[in-house]
Amino acid sequence: MPMLIRGARVIDPGKLDQVSDVLIEKGRIAAVQPVGTLDRVGGESGLQIIEAQGLWLTPGLIDMHVHFREPGQEYKETILTGSQAAAAGGFTAVATMPNTDPVNDDPAITHLILNRAAEAGLVRVLPVAAISKGIKGEQLCEFGELKAAGAVGVSDDGRPVMNAQLMRRALEYAAAFDLLVVSHCEDLHLAEGGAMNEGVNATRMGLSGIPNAAESVMVMRDIALAQLTGAPVHIAHVSARQSVTAIRRAKEEGIRVTAETAPHYFTLTDAAVAGYNTHAKMNPPLRSEQDREAVRQGLADGTLDAIATDHAPHSVMEKEVEFDRAANGIIGLETSLPLGLKLVQEGVLTIDTLITRMAEAPARILGLERGVRVGLTADLTLIDPDKVFTVKAADSKSKSRNTPFEGWQLKGKAVMTILGGKITYKDFGTED
Amino acid sequence: MPLERKDILDIASLSRQEIQLILDTAESMKEISERPIKKVPTLRGKTVVLFFYEPSTRTRLSFDLAAKRLSADSLAISADMSSLVKGETLLDTARTLESMRPDVVVLRHAYSGAPQFLAERIKASVINAGDGTHAHPTQALLDMLTIRQHKKTLSGLRIAIVGDITHSRVARSNIEGLTKMGSKVVLAGPPTMMPHGIEALGAEVAGSMDAAIQGADVVMMLRIQKERQKRFTIATEREYARQYGLNRERLALAKPDTVVMHPGPINRGVEIAPDVADGPHSLILNQVTNGVAVRMALLYLVLGGGRNADAD
Repeated sequence: MPMLIRGARVIDPGKLDQVSDVLIEKGRIAAVQPVGTLDRVGGESGLQIIEAQGLWLTPGLIDMHVHFREPGQEYKETILTGSQAAAAGGFTAVATMPNTDPVNDDPAITHLILNRAAEAGLVRVLPVAAISKGIKGEQLCEFGELKAAGAVGVSDDGRPVMNAQLMRRALEYAAAFDLLVVSHCEDLHLAEGGAMNEGVNATRMGLSGIPNAAESVMVMRDIALAQLTGAPVHIAHVSARQSVTAIRRAKEEGIRVTAETAPHYFTLTDAAVAGYNTHAKMNPPLRSEQDREAVRQGLADGTLDAIATDHAPHSVMEKEVEFDRAANGIIGLETSLPLGLKLVQEGVLTIDTLITRMAEAPARILGLERGVRVGLTADLTLIDPDKVFTVKAADSKSKSRNTPFEGWQLKGKAVMTILGGKITYKDFGTED
Repeated sequence: MPLERKDILDIASLSRQEIQLILDTAESMKEISERPIKKVPTLRGKTVVLFFYEPSTRTRLSFDLAAKRLSADSLAISADMSSLVKGETLLDTARTLESMRPDVVVLRHAYSGAPQFLAERIKASVINAGDGTHAHPTQALLDMLTIRQHKKTLSGLRIAIVGDITHSRVARSNIEGLTKMGSKVVLAGPPTMMPHGIEALGAEVAGSMDAAIQGADVVMMLRIQKERQKRFTIATEREYARQYGLNRERLALAKPDTVVMHPGPINRGVEIAPDVADGPHSLILNQVTNGVAVRMALLYLVLGGGRNADAD
């Protein structure tokens, strides 16, 4: 059934920012017109009308870094529950990291992920396969086969590629298949034994610290390798100010580097670990106020291209334990957009920039097309910028509850997610 | 005056008045250990579980003696006999312990924050007997008691702490306690063993060991763990001993009436020369004696001592 979204402020970064009516037919955007001019389209029968006055309509959001845990750790998340959380967060596409069990280093696993995603049918799942077999850093995966199976990129995420020669070869080889290389930048020797950011808070709590340099030396290495090979590299979850500086300089020099950061890095600092809060434990760790500021600046000036959640579900078994033993990571799909909107409310980003970071840039990096333009697939997100709500982990669509934002009052969220013209999530009254 | 808190988790959370109260109570407990019959009925019927996830002889014995001298029933669980090896989590252990209705759980754990984790989940009082590299409040309290006995005050002193500060929960708790009581703590050690931002705890970092010891009222040496060499924090024990070991020549830089302390067990000839450890300035054995008194005081206070008359 065709759908008419009436009276929303349409925000298509860099292209359009205007209150408009949007018509969707056969899963595609059929018209974007001034308000009132599309009223009679479709006649009385079979037109679903969505009254969206006061709401924002944006290209469907993309989270280019999530962990859906399937296959292998279905007690934490499945592709279905992860997809539900994604849709509820306003996302229409997610890139899933390969550190499942077994690792996504084989076309059969890639197929399985895509099949499960198709069954769920709530979000486009873009599998990122492994760089090395078993993410062990020893042998390259068959990139050609993985690409043919549907992988959009390769990464050993969760573990860094410590061997610089392997990284060089991965960049060169991936370029042959137009696969994006996503780098988890962490020097394992510098980070060894660390449980949180190195600094006063770690010293006070007697926790072993992970210095910024554990990340930034690898960012600098990967920039050097991108320059050497001429192949693009994407830096995952940037947390340290030195990494932001290095990426900024590399971009100025024309090196093909892109980068993402996660909402927790622009929202929290390592002070959140106080009381040994395992929901504030992640890798890379939450950093200092200076780092948080640098990450915000990086998002504002485009050094950091994308916001990605690193959605990392863990059960209470992994989190309600001693801090040192707790698993790294937090869920993030349902709080990402609201925390991004907080940056807009605080004047750090314009709404146009936020949507660029959450839709346009990830699409560009992954080679997808996103927008609110005639002819494009109708992957869209409808946002209520004024809706105030309290984060309740118990209400999360994710199977896991590991969020440091429990009880936070946030303003603005996705109220409808549309995938190929079909509603995958709805949180407001509509008239049919 | 009672101590209005369930748990003793670290020194940072104790007020000056609370530290004073604990030390005063410990002072009055000392006498019990000097009697021919070293036992009072104060904590009769109370159960104290000594839960040691990490091996420790002196702290466990000290707590065990403290409990027994106050007539509490104490039982010790150590890592090798606990279910930990069978994969039980601390959460499950906490629930199991809770079902046994202990009054106090004394916890030694290799991970920082484990006592707080336990304290938040059980009704019994939790006393931290050392957690990871975070805190060792009973050690700091017994150190403060020892210093107070010899210096008649805890304020205005210059206290040097030397060694592996990064990995020392004793150093952290002493820095917090001694600065809170009005003394100046000066640290020395190889830069590889000096944690980031330690000044924020109130200590000063000296450029050299000699600078730290200069004019010190107290010199506290920390145990150097031999396995550190593997993590590149020291070159060799030999060089460590020469650069950061306490010997008679170095000790001469301190005040003439300086005292030397060490939480034990000591590595003779590494961080401390044998003649200094056994010399006239050494209070190492007084620390052990005071340990029992401080732990008696803490058991007494967390179980409501000072709140009613039967607490003798």
